[in-house]
Formats: sequence, structure tokens, C-alpha cells
Amino acid sequence: MIKGMNSLNKIIEKMKPTFSEGGKLSFLHSTFEAFESFLFVPGTVTRKGTHVKDAVDLKRVMIMVVIALVPCLLFGIWNTGYQHNLAFGLGWGFWQMVWYGIVKIVPLYLVSYIVGLGIEFASAQMRGHQVNEGYLVSGMLIPLIVPIDVPLWMLAIAVAFAVIIGKEVFGGTGMNIWNPALLCRAFLFFSYPSKMSGDTVWTGGLTRFLNEGTAYASGNGLVDGFSGATPLVHAGEGIQSLNAANISFMDLFVGNVGGAVGETSVIAILIGAVILIWTGVASWKIMVSSVVGALAVGFLANALATDATPYLQLPAYYHLVLGGFAFGTVFMATDPVTSAQTETGKFIYGFFIGALTVTVRLFNPGYMEGMMLAILLMNTFAPLIDHYVVEASINRRMKRVKTA
Amino acid sequence: MSNNIDLKQGLNIPIEGAAAPKTRTTIKPDIVAVKPTDFRGLLPRLLVREGDKVLAGSPVLADKVSTDVLFTSPVSGTVTEIVRGEKRKLLEVRIKADEKQEFVDFGARKVNGLSADEIKALLLKSGLWPAFIQRPYGILANPQVKPKAIFVSAFSTAPLAADLDYALREEYENIQTGINAVSKLTNGSVHMSFNGDNYSGTPFHKLENIVSHVFTGKHPAGNVGVQISHISPVRKGDTVWTISLMMLAAIGKLFNTGHYDLSRKVAVTGPRAVNPEYVTAVAGMQMKSISDFYDNSSKDVRFISGDVLTGTNVGEEGFLGFYDNQITLIKEGTEPELLGWAKPFRTKQFSFSRTYFSWLTPGKKYAMDTNTHGEPRAFVLSDVYSKVLPMDIFPVYLIKACIAGDIDKMEKFGIYEVIEEDLALCEYVCPSKIGIQSILSDGIDLMLKEMA
Repeated sequence: MIKGMNSLNKIIEKMKPTFSEGGKLSFLHSTFEAFESFLFVPGTVTRKGTHVKDAVDLKRVMIMVVIALVPCLLFGIWNTGYQHNLAFGLGWGFWQMVWYGIVKIVPLYLVSYIVGLGIEFASAQMRGHQVNEGYLVSGMLIPLIVPIDVPLWMLAIAVAFAVIIGKEVFGGTGMNIWNPALLCRAFLFFSYPSKMSGDTVWTGGLTRFLNEGTAYASGNGLVDGFSGATPLVHAGEGIQSLNAANISFMDLFVGNVGGAVGETSVIAILIGAVILIWTGVASWKIMVSSVVGALAVGFLANALATDATPYLQLPAYYHLVLGGFAFGTVFMATDPVTSAQTETGKFIYGFFIGALTVTVRLFNPGYMEGMMLAILLMNTFAPLIDHYVVEASINRRMKRVKTA
Repeated sequence: MSNNIDLKQGLNIPIEGAAAPKTRTTIKPDIVAVKPTDFRGLLPRLLVREGDKVLAGSPVLADKVSTDVLFTSPVSGTVTEIVRGEKRKLLEVRIKADEKQEFVDFGARKVNGLSADEIKALLLKSGLWPAFIQRPYGILANPQVKPKAIFVSAFSTAPLAADLDYALREEYENIQTGINAVSKLTNGSVHMSFNGDNYSGTPFHKLENIVSHVFTGKHPAGNVGVQISHISPVRKGDTVWTISLMMLAAIGKLFNTGHYDLSRKVAVTGPRAVNPEYVTAVAGMQMKSISDFYDNSSKDVRFISGDVLTGTNVGEEGFLGFYDNQITLIKEGTEPELLGWAKPFRTKQFSFSRTYFSWLTPGKKYAMDTNTHGEPRAFVLSDVYSKVLPMDIFPVYLIKACIAGDIDKMEKFGIYEVIEEDLALCEYVCPSKIGIQSILSDGIDLMLKEMA
């Protein structure tokens, strides 16, 4: 191992002059450095300031988020196959479902990382910057929040939009206003509404079957009574509709229901949440206040509900397990760059995300998934929230100083 | 015992190489240096030439702005070299010490009978005036002002810092004299802060003529700036002075003996220090003179005058700073580490965050080196900094204001209350590897320029 490391290091040292200033390939130096620093924690030493530094760096922080997302990904792989199996009545076993999920999801990842990292490298190269590791997380997130049947070319355009307009124009990781992964999803939904809405994109293979009449496995076609509607759509018609579709709270919690690839299983999301909170990478304050906000509006709706408004009757806690709420709360709202920066601000920011999500769900039956819009909206307002929190603190300091 | 102020935020960096409470030798001064770079805000005027003879206490430099602030030689000997850097900036005045040390006699005095002006004049003349550091900004004290108060921290929480109870235990009388002298220079009081974990154990809690405060907590609880912000925060227009216990002892010695005596117990510490212990040495001593504490045959030792958070990298040929009573020897971390950031375990690395597993071994000490463990990035995480800063300020906002050079915002976000050492831990834990102290330093320089 040590020997292997040394020889690898030697190769890199040998290649370095070619990519450094004056070398033949100097125009690729950002790319070279990105690979070098990916392989090795560089041997740079402190110059000014502290002589020792903590072992943690942004790569480590980002890889923690990626690890936290793995349970969602694994569950998503299985669930993709399971939903396909259910829709076509194939009678598949576990591994067949997993294989189908892999076949469907790997292309999404290839598109996400190739397009996203390609743009990151190119823009770092153009500006002579270093390649940031932020896209490791965005690239992992994007395939988990899109419908499984999204056409790959659309995904490619959406990723390009998210990375260029969402991040690079602001100066890269750490400078952006909106969460790039959510921007990608928002772009898809607003640019291709005819393809992206409706009930048919959420089950793998369904789009192709409806268009071309062919399915992945030769089956008997769709099973009778298959609708493809996600639980969120049923929920919009009230709890009776959910019950009629045979979807229980437990189903929603476990996640063997339709929806975006990685967002269905609350169990998998909770595992991720524990990792994020324990490592301190994401803020529990945002997660908790988002849940509180959702419940607050949910209970208010329950209190106001009549039989004429069945969608208000949906028990408040159902909102926590429906649609993208849990996934968004844990992985998207907590994005440290686009969320509120102050500790008090985080509570306010999270509360509004939860509250707005449920509000959209209850009062906008045309487009049920409020999570994406709530987070993007609160991303926009996060600096304003911080501004008032900081101003309040400064005023308090002034007063404190006067009495001292 | 006054109310204990318990500081929750902070971090004691678990680095190897604390000095055992034993004094190995007295270092006989050979070449020593007076370094203008030890003093912020000093525009030095050179008062000696190469070949001049000096005594311990003879003036070597003066401040061009406050011309009566003198910097004097810590030893008697001959000026051998004037070292200049870029743009002829004066870096060092090197003095070869004589075999036998002779002191300028400033005359022993009883403090009680002296007026504030007489005390001030003696401190200025003897070269001990620079013992005061003025806040805001951490600059040389201005002799024309009367500070609101004088603050002293009676303990240090910095990594591997000298234990003041040990290092200064023979200086009790001198410290008391020093307090009596400096207390005449302020309208307010001399505030001294003690470590609540060892309040009755320290001899210094019996000192008189002080207002005592008690702090408990991890580093930076021992930083005087943090203490001030909890006792009486510095507001716009305020001036306060800080002084270390060690410098109070030197002032006391001046009044008790009439000598400018900068000898002190210096803790030789760090993972590369062999049997870390104390030595007795003067300020300005050369690192080479503690050669029995290290093995630098492979030229990979960094010599730090001070601690690993705020000290100065002086090199083997360099010298101990005026304010420092600690030397830290650590390894230069120049080796790349294959996939270091992706390894599940890195048992030889410490992290304040829980992204590694060092939280499983809370008592473990680490042989830290100078590797940055990553590359500089933009600010991403927002809540790590306040976990190590027990002050009512927003460090990220302050630093961003400094980067932007926005004077109004720097003022609002608390530039008057902090100097580099107070935010050093923020820099240590920063996952984006941002040079927070250096940015703050530029911010303070800008304030000094704009507000002058």
C-alpha cells in the first residue's frame, strides 16, 4: 500500500511540470490539480496564522452528505424495480427488482455527473480556479429527486442550467443563492410541464410503454386498475382517497410507494438525518423547525376542515411522510450555503419551509409538491432573515454596551 | 471569589508535548535580537549602529510616532548586525551578549511614593512601556491616553501554553509591585481573571489592588480579549490596555531592583520537543540555544515562538518574541496523504468535527504537524465557528466585512473587541481552510489607516 502510494505520488510529481505554468498542458492545470487533490490530501503546509489545522476539509464534509444519501439511493434502486414490477404485474424477485433499478438509475447518475462535473471543470479551467467539491453532493442529489422516467436529454439540460445559472455565475460553491439540485428539478418541471406532470413519469418504464408499446420485460402490459398516481395526488383528495388506493401511513413511512427516486422512504431519510446531525454537517435546527412548521399548518387545516374540504382533513402528520417533504427537510433545506446562516435565522427559515410546503399542498391542487418551491423561496429570503437577526443582535450589543 | 463566568464554547487542541513542570537549564544568552515586528503599530527608528556597545536596558529602537517609547536591549553586549527585509524594512537588531551581564541602573523605587507621570517616564525610558497592548486593535499603547481599565489574564488556555502558576511562582512580589505601579496609569481598575478550575490553587488569587474575575472553560477562556468582552466590552471610543502576568513581573522587577530584566521561564513544547520542559531565558534568545530539545537533522522542524495558534514561525536561526514565554516545535507536514479525506479512519489526525472518529478517544493527544489537511475554499459551513468563540459576535460576518473592506460593517460586527488571537480557533476548525487571522489582521490595518 505504502509502496503503491509512493509510486503513484511519483507519477503525479513527474506529470506536474507538464501541467504547471509554462508546461505543454498548462491550460489544463485546474483539471490536473483537481485530480491530484482528489487522490492526495496535498502536502501543503500552513504559512500565516495557525500552524496546525483541523483534519476536516470540505471534501470530507461533502463525502459525509454523500454517505448520508446512500440509504436513500439503495432504497430507491429497489423501489424503482418494485414499482415497475407492480405496474406490469411481473412477479419479480428481489434481485430482479434491484437489477431493474440499477439499469434505470445508473444512466441518471452518468448524465448528472458527466454534465455537472464537466461544466465545473470547464469553468474552473476558464477562471483558473480550483475545482470545488460541491458538485459531489449536487450530482448525488439530482437523480434522487427527479422522476425515474425523465428523458436523459432533459436531465442533461436541467443539470447544465442548474450548474451554470444556479452556481457558476455566482462564483461557484459557497457563493450560490439557490440549491442547485432543486433548481435542476424546478427547471425540469417548469420547462417541460407536459412531460413532467401527470401520473405517468413516476413509474419506471411506463412512459416508454405508453409511447411505444414496449416494456423492459415482456409482460402482459399494465395491470388492471394501475393509475401511476403518487400518494401525494391521492392525498390531495383527502385521506379517503389514500385509503382507497390502499396506501397506509406505514407504507409512506417505509417508502414502497411511487414518487421521485430517492424521496419515498422516510426510514432511509431518517438514517441520513442521523448521520448528518451527528457529524454536524447539517443543522438539526432547520430540520426540527421545518417539521414544526408543517405540523402547525397541518393542524390548523385540520381544525378548519369540513366535509366539503376533504383535502384539509388529511391528518397533519401525513404531510411529514408524503412526497418530498422528508427528503427536502433533511437534505435540501439544510444546504449550509443556501440556508440561513444565523442560528436564530435557521429556526425561522426552517419553520417557513415546513409551513409553506403544507400550504402549497393544501391550496394548490394543480401542483401538489410544495417542498421544492418552499425551499427555493426560502433560499431567496434566507439572507433577509439573517439580516434582521444580525441587526437585532447588533442593537442588543449596543444596548448592552451602553449599560456597561 | 466573584461570580464564575462559565464559557461553553471553545476547544482545547489535543496536541502532544506539554512541558513538564521542571526547569532544565538557564540559557546563557549568545546572540539575541530585538524585533520591531513583535509590536503592532510600531514605526521603528534605529538608535544604534553595528559595533555599538549596549547594556541591558540601553535603548536600541524608538517609535517614530510616539518618540518617547523606547525599545531596549535585553542583554549587555555588542550590536553585531542590523537585519533588513524587503524595502529595507527593519526586521532585527542582533546583539552578541557579553560573558558578564551588566544592567543599566534605573534605580530601585518605592511605587507608593511615585506619581503616574513618574511611573510612566520610568517605563518609557526602561523599554517596558511596550508591555502594554492597547485595545482596540492590539497595538502599542499610546502614552498620551489614560485607559478605561487595564486587563490581565492570570492563566493561559492556549495549546501547550506555559503554566503561569509554575513559571511565575517566584515572581509573586514583583507582580504585586507591577500591579501597584500600573494601577496608577488608569482611571479604572486593574481587572485580573482567574481560572475557576484552580482558583484557590493559584498563588495569585491573593494579589491585592485588583478586581478579580473567574472564568471556566476551554480555550480561548484564558484569552484576555474574551475576558474583556464578558467583563466590560470595548465600545467605539474606548481605550483599554492589556498586559500579561509575565510583563507585570518584569515591571515589578524594574521597580524593585532598578533593572530591565527580561529573563523568564520559557516552556519548550510540542510534538518534536524531546522531553519538553522549561528553560530560563531572555526575550530575544535564539532557537539554536535550545538544541538539546530537538533533532532537526532532516530539517523538518518548525520553530514557533509562541503557541501553534498564534505564534510566529521564526526558524532555527530565529529568536524568541518579546511577549512570548513558549516555544513550540512541530513537524512540517509536507507529505501528501493518499485519499486522506476519503478514509473512514485517520487515527493519527484530530478533528473537532465528528466527520472523523477522534471524538471516540477524548483523552488522546496527537503529534500534529503543519499540514493544512485540505485546500482553501469559500465559506460553506456557518455554525462551526461560533462553537469555538465564546463572544457575542458573528465571526463569519466580521471576516466577510474585513474581506470587503467595509469599515461600517466591521465596526458593527465587533472589530473593536477582537484581535487575531481571539479568532485563532475559528481558523483552526475552518473546513474551508480560510486564513481568518490574516484577514482580520488586514481588516485591523485598514481600520488603523482609515480611523487615524
